[in-house]
Parts: sequence; structure tokens; C-alpha cells
Amino acid sequence: MAEILVVVDHAEGAVKKVTLELLTLARSLGEPSAVWLGSGASADALASLAEYGAQTVYVAEGSDLDEFVVAPKTEVLAQLVAEKSPAAVLLASSAEGKEIAGRLAVKTNSGVITDAVAVEPDFTATQSVFGGAVVVHSRVNTGTPIITVRPNSTAPEPAAAAGARVDVAVNVSDAAKGAKVTGRTVAQKGGRPELSEAAIVVSGGRGVGGAEGFGVVEALADSLGAAVGASRAATDAGWYPHQFQVGQTGKTVSPQLYIANGISGAIQHRAGMQTSKTIVVVNKDPEAPIFELADFGVVGDLFAVVPQLTDEIGKRRG
Amino acid sequence: MKIAVCVKQVPDTWAEKKLKSDDSTLDRESAEGVLNELDEYAVEEALRLIEAHGGEVVVVSMGPERAGETVRKALSMGADAGIHVVDDNLRGSDALATSAVLAKALEGRGFDLIIFGSESTDARMSVVPAMVAERLGIPQVTFSQKVEVEGSTVRAERVTEYGFDTVEAALPAVVSVVEKINEPRYPSFKGIMAAKKKPVETLALAELGIEPTAVGLAGAWTAVADFAERPPKAAGTIVTDEGEGGARIADYLVEQKFI
Ligand SMILES: Cc1cc2nc3c(=O)[nH]c(=O)nc-3n(C[C@H](O)[C@H](O)[C@H](O)COP(=O)(O)OP(=O)(O)OC[C@H]3O[C@@H](n4cnc5c(N)ncnc54)[C@H](O)[C@@H]3O)c2cc1C
Ligand SMILES: Nc1ncnc2c1ncn2[C@@H]1O[C@H](COP(=O)(O)O)[C@@H](O)[C@H]1O
Repeated sequence: MAEILVVVDHAEGAVKKVTLELLTLARSLGEPSAVWLGSGASADALASLAEYGAQTVYVAEGSDLDEFVVAPKTEVLAQLVAEKSPAAVLLASSAEGKEIAGRLAVKTNSGVITDAVAVEPDFTATQSVFGGAVVVHSRVNTGTPIITVRPNSTAPEPAAAAGARVDVAVNVSDAAKGAKVTGRTVAQKGGRPELSEAAIVVSGGRGVGGAEGFGVVEALADSLGAAVGASRAATDAGWYPHQFQVGQTGKTVSPQLYIANGISGAIQHRAGMQTSKTIVVVNKDPEAPIFELADFGVVGDLFAVVPQLTDEIGKRRG
Repeated sequence: MKIAVCVKQVPDTWAEKKLKSDDSTLDRESAEGVLNELDEYAVEEALRLIEAHGGEVVVVSMGPERAGETVRKALSMGADAGIHVVDDNLRGSDALATSAVLAKALEGRGFDLIIFGSESTDARMSVVPAMVAERLGIPQVTFSQKVEVEGSTVRAERVTEYGFDTVEAALPAVVSVVEKINEPRYPSFKGIMAAKKKPVETLALAELGIEPTAVGLAGAWTAVADFAERPPKAAGTIVTDEGEGGARIADYLVEQKFI
């Protein structure tokens, strides 16, 4: 069977859920091999890749991959593509995943498709564009299909495979070492699931009224095991950290359930959450455009509705 | 310092965007074209850098005839000159073609910095800046929320999934900026008048040494097989809170098996 390269998305040595989704998807296209770029490939991490179907795990370690922006990773990946001639390369649709994909496309003279939500066995990719209004099927017609896939597009299913580790030599050219990372700032993370991967996202906007107001949003999120998101109005005001912004210039989320509290539904916000499977809205203005997206909406004050909802969830679970 | 800013004309953010049924390309005529709002931040950042260090800002755009309006808009904000790549063969170009054309238009002109927006609001790929850096073989400092130039070094804060990285590169370099970096200025009346007299160089593919078959729909590395408009979402249930709004949502979540 044809080899499919799946680039592993990892943070602090842990494999992200989206990678398990990609491996699951890759099994329907051919034989998945995982590609680990950067340091931190622990035995545990590699075991989880094997558990989800990686026949081979190519491991490219070396500080050059961590200390310079994107280009070294692309170089190593391009070498691997040249050597293995895979049928396709799959990556997560994160900012960096897309950049690696774009540069790899240039290096290998191949077509690139970003933000796919499905990939058929003939490598036809499905994209949801213009805020979900149009569904497009596209294909790469030159070179190796390079496709980035959105988190939450496939349900990850284990299917154990060998997961044989193959170390890859890392020889990065000087040209690829142009942009050096001299410092890393990790914002407070907390114990919640990651925003772009979470099955449920609870967000707050200007209607939350201030940093303290996010307490009710967080309490609801915790009752559902959800991630917390925010509109730009809330992040710009400093009520919630920027990396939780949902929208055009924040994260794109596509969870099973999105609960928008005190958010009006500006087009830039919608761009990041419109493809959520189920949308619940709480807003005191019945004219707020976000209601157009709602599967279920309550016109009311979020400070009354949200705490009651949190309580009710506790009771019904209790 | 010589700075290039790549700007794209896109359909107005609020306009309904459509694909054309004959060739599946974006219908650019049906909606008003505007300067991609994320590129306004790129123009603003370039102007601020020039105000601090001296030099010149050149806006570069690839797009149909009327994308010239977008170049003028950037000139009216304060950029000094424009380069507009326009050629009928470019219609339907994908990211590979766009990055190839921009790289050719930028090459050999002595730019110290090439600044991009983080994303075009129509294609939404966020890949063109990285691809241009790859083609030009110069450092990539993308998704910057802060940019500083000191001598021949650019220092930036690159937004990441977990916070931000501080990144350093030697000039010339490619930079892309995110919207939190600044507040773009509005063109003044004086700026609008002045823009009319600023030089804009129009370039066709032949002048860049690019074969017409290498770009556009004909040369695209990817092709749309088909597309369909998603049926409008069925109207949801909207209730007014009369003291039981939270409980009503809980009922709904139970019904939908979320709890
Ligand atoms: C280049 C650019 C990029 C952008 N990118 C993004 C992005 O990525 N993400 C994003 O979100 N925005 C983005 N925006 C901003 C966007 O245009 C809106 O300004 C923003 O989304 C508004 O946030 P909001 O809905 O929280 O605030 P508002 O529009 O002010 O809405 C607040 C809502 O809260 C309701 N409300 C108030 N009090 C209560 C209460 N007690 N109970 C219940 N409801 C209440 C109000 O009725 C109102 O509908 C971008 C804008 C630009 C120009
Ligand atoms: N046709 C174009 N002309 C000039 N700049 C462009 C063009 N297309 C994309 N860009 C630049 O590349 C950035 C990212 O675009 P994209 O990769 O399409 O999301 C934009 O914000 C622009 O700065």
C-alpha cells in the first residue's frame, strides 16, 4: 500500500489529538507513517502513534528544528518526501502546519490544499469556505498532494501498528537558519482542553463586562469539560488572554458544541466558529446577528442564564 | 530602509462571496473590492518603521485591473510607490502561482523588509508569506505582533499556539503581521490627493519572465472538482429568558446528548 506521511503535531513532548485524527484518516488513504520533527520524541509519544496506526515513525531530532522558524522542518520533510515518494503528506491546519505545507509545496513543486475537513481515497479534499456557506471539492493535480486538515474533522480510532522508529539525519542548510528563536513566552495554560481541539467551547464577549465576568464563563466551561474562548472585543480589552481569541485573526474552532455568551456575531468572529456542529447562544439583544447561527438561543442576561445553566448541568449529572 | 508591502484586493468582508459556475473561481465582479483588512496593518507597520528609520514604502499587488484601486488606497495611507502585476493569464492563480509572481516582482529591487498581512480574507490560507520567503531564500518572521528593526537586524514577537516566540533575523527578511500589532490610520484628504500623483509601475507576466501557462487556471497545481452552496441553516429555537433560560438550555443539551 502507498505510504502516507503524517506530520506529528506535538507540544511539550505530547502528541496532539489532531495527529491521532490524521493517522485515522491516513489509514483510509494508504499506509500511515508518522514524521516527528523537533525534540521530545519520548517512548510514550511514539507508542501513541503506533497505537493509532503508524507503521513507521520517522524521527528527526536536533536543536536546529526547534531554534529556527519553520524552514528547517520543511527542509527535513522535503528530504523525506524525495526519499520515500509518499502518496500524500498530511499536516494539521495550524498556523505552523500550513506554513510547513506551503514551503514544502514550493520545494517539491506540488499542489497544496489547506483547511480540509475530509479527504477521499482518491485524495479529493473537502473544504468549507466563505464561513461554511460553500462546500468545495478540490484535488492536487501536480506533484505529491500536500493537505492540511482541520482538527475535529475525523473521530480518532485506535488500530495498533508496528510504529517502528527510524531515525532521520538532520542536516539543515545555513539558508534555512535565518530566523532564530531567541525566547519563548508561554502564556498561562490552565487545565482545560486546548481551544482548537476541544469538543466543546464556551466563549465570552463584550457582554461579559470585564475580566471578573469571565468567571461565569469558566464555571460553565468546567461543568462541561470545555475549553474557554473569547471574542476580540474581550481579548483586546484585556479581559482574557489573546491566545483564546476565536475568529478570523484568532483560532478557528469546529467543536461539537459552541456556546456563545455576550457575543454579537461579527463576521470576523463567525469566520472562526461557524462550522461548529451545534451552536447555543445567550445574548440579551434579540437582534444580535449571532442568533442567525443558533440551534438554540436564549434572549436574556448572561449573568442570570449562565450560572443557572451551570447549576442545572451539575444537578443533571449529579 | 526600503520596505515592500504586499497587499491584496478582496471582496468586501460583508459581501456574500460566490464561486462562478463555469470555472469555480471567485466571482470578483459581484462584490465591491477592498484592501484586505489584514493588509492595512502591514501598510501601517511599514509606515511606522519608515517614520522611525527613514526610507521608502512600495506596495506590491497582483490582481485584476481594478486592484489598482487597492494600490491607491495604500498610497493614500502614505506609501510612496506601487507595483501592480496585472495580466489576464493570472486569473485563477493558486498560492503557488501567486507566491511565484510576487517573488519575481520583489526580487532584485533591494528591499530590506517585505511585509505581508497574516491572511487574505477570501483565500484564508495564510501561506503566501512563507512561500515567498521560501522562494526568495530569505528569513521568515511571520505572525508578528511586534516588529523592531535595529541596524541590519529585525526582531519580532511571533504569535504561537502557546503564547509567542521572540525571533531575530538578518535583513532582508519576510515579515507578516497580525491585527493586534497596531491601529491602521485612515487616509487623510491630503493623502488621497497626493496618492493620485504617486508612481505605480504596471507589470505584465512577460516583463517578469513568467510563462503564461505556468500560472492562472491553466497552471494551477490544484483544481476545484465541484462545489455546492450549503443549504441555509434551519432556524433554531430562540426563547426569551423568564427565569428559566439556563434550565431550558440544559434541557436542550440533555436532548442533544451533551449531558
Ligand atoms: C481585522 C479585524 C480582525 C478581527 N478579528 C476578530 C476575531 O478573530 N475574532 C473576533 O471575535 N472578532 C474579530 N474582530 C472584531 C469584530 O469585528 C467584532 O468587533 C468583535 O467580534 C465583537 O466582539 P463582541 O461580539 O464580544 O462584542 P459586541 O459586538 O460589542 O457584542 C457584545 C454583545 O453582548 C451582548 N450583551 C451585553 N451585555 C450582555 C449581558 N449581560 N447578557 C447577555 N448579552 C449581553 C450585546 O447584546 C452584544 O450583542 C476583528 C475585526 C477586525 C477589523
Ligand atoms: N494577489 C496578491 N497580491 C499581493 N499580496 C498578496 C496576494 N495574495 C496574498 N497576498 C499577501 O499574502 C498574505 C496572505 O495571503 P493568503 O496566504 O492568501 O492568506 C496577504 O495578507 C497579502 O499580504
